[in-house]
Amino acid sequence: MIIAVASGKGGTGKTTISVNLAKAFGAPVQLLDCDVEEPNAHLFLRGVLIGEEEISIAVPEINATACNACDDCVKFCQFNALASFCSAPLVFPELCHGCGGCALVCPRDAIRERDFRIGVINTFVNENITLKSGCLDVGVSLASALVNSVKSRLDKGVTAILDAPPGTACPAVATLRGVDFVLLVTEPTPFGLHDLKLAVDTVRELRLPFGVVINRVGIGDDRVHRFCADEHIPVLLEIPDDRRIAEAYSKGELIVEALPEYRVLFERLWQAITREAGQGTAP
Amino acid sequence: MKLAFTTLGEKLDSPLDPSFGRARNFLVYDLQTQAIEIISNKQNLDAAQGAGIQAAQTIAKAGAQALITGHCGPKAFRVLEAAGIKVFNTDATTVTEALARYQAETLTEAKAANIEGHWA
Repeated sequence: MIIAVASGKGGTGKTTISVNLAKAFGAPVQLLDCDVEEPNAHLFLRGVLIGEEEISIAVPEINATACNACDDCVKFCQFNALASFCSAPLVFPELCHGCGGCALVCPRDAIRERDFRIGVINTFVNENITLKSGCLDVGVSLASALVNSVKSRLDKGVTAILDAPPGTACPAVATLRGVDFVLLVTEPTPFGLHDLKLAVDTVRELRLPFGVVINRVGIGDDRVHRFCADEHIPVLLEIPDDRRIAEAYSKGELIVEALPEYRVLFERLWQAITREAGQGTAP
Repeated sequence: MKLAFTTLGEKLDSPLDPSFGRARNFLVYDLQTQAIEIISNKQNLDAAQGAGIQAAQTIAKAGAQALITGHCGPKAFRVLEAAGIKVFNTDATTVTEALARYQAETLTEAKAANIEGHWA
């Protein structure tokens, strides 16, 4: 089973839920940090680094002597990664999405592809947990490509938790695509509710079964609870607004280890996910 | 010689647009004939990325040999440099004022981008 932990609003507790859920699983489990623009799950799991893999995409390289400046490649590129004015095009690899279309449309066979590094995937092991953490290089905008690379390294036979990037843009959708169940983490505030609605619209569009985790219950108001009830969305876990959780987080500690009384909540969350995912219908 | 200005309007006394890649319009001014050509940059305003690169190609195709604008980022600068278009940054408020400064030779040619690149 593949579970994605997502949210509309950032800072609601996706990574907290992901790492504690992984730790409470009690059997071999994979954790994929798909928040490649700011991966942080490794700060809480502190595993042993066992692998470091460079990830590249194929970008064009133009043979200026073969090129007759027809601009077919420039016109084809939807990402403005090629620029031309009566000479061989200039290439902006940081804007290229690696589709290879420019090489296909070139009538002079003047384009060959070379590797352009976009980031790394680090693999850590901590007891039962194998963590694969994608980390996008500074200045590169291809978060979705790296998310897909991280996901392609998933072992289908082992339960996996995908820590998604916040928001509902391409990198989040790339993370959510094809998972079996989505946990949407939110907080009971007007911001939390506003962005939860966007996230709910997204997972409904993707036709994925999902449930909600409400974090820091006790702050804000009851509008998130009312929204979930009105929309028939199951609330699978509520975590109280407990200062000790924030303190443990600030030290990079896991809730299930620093505050063992909360462990049972994450075990129950696993049961709830298994139950909801088994029904296979989206709320 | 043709000069390209970024502008929010369509006339010489229109405000100078401080942006290059996502400028509203380009005003191309021919120094010899004093003719004016307005080129809309509308399709670039909504580009997800690479607006500066497209804008640089637009003014290169219009035959401009110099660009007078507020700011120019690194990718646009690379294209303009390759196209042999000189870049002049100015805080002039109108095209007329920027043109006067150019003709009075008080503008200095930029040797690099004057702002950081950014991501959509």
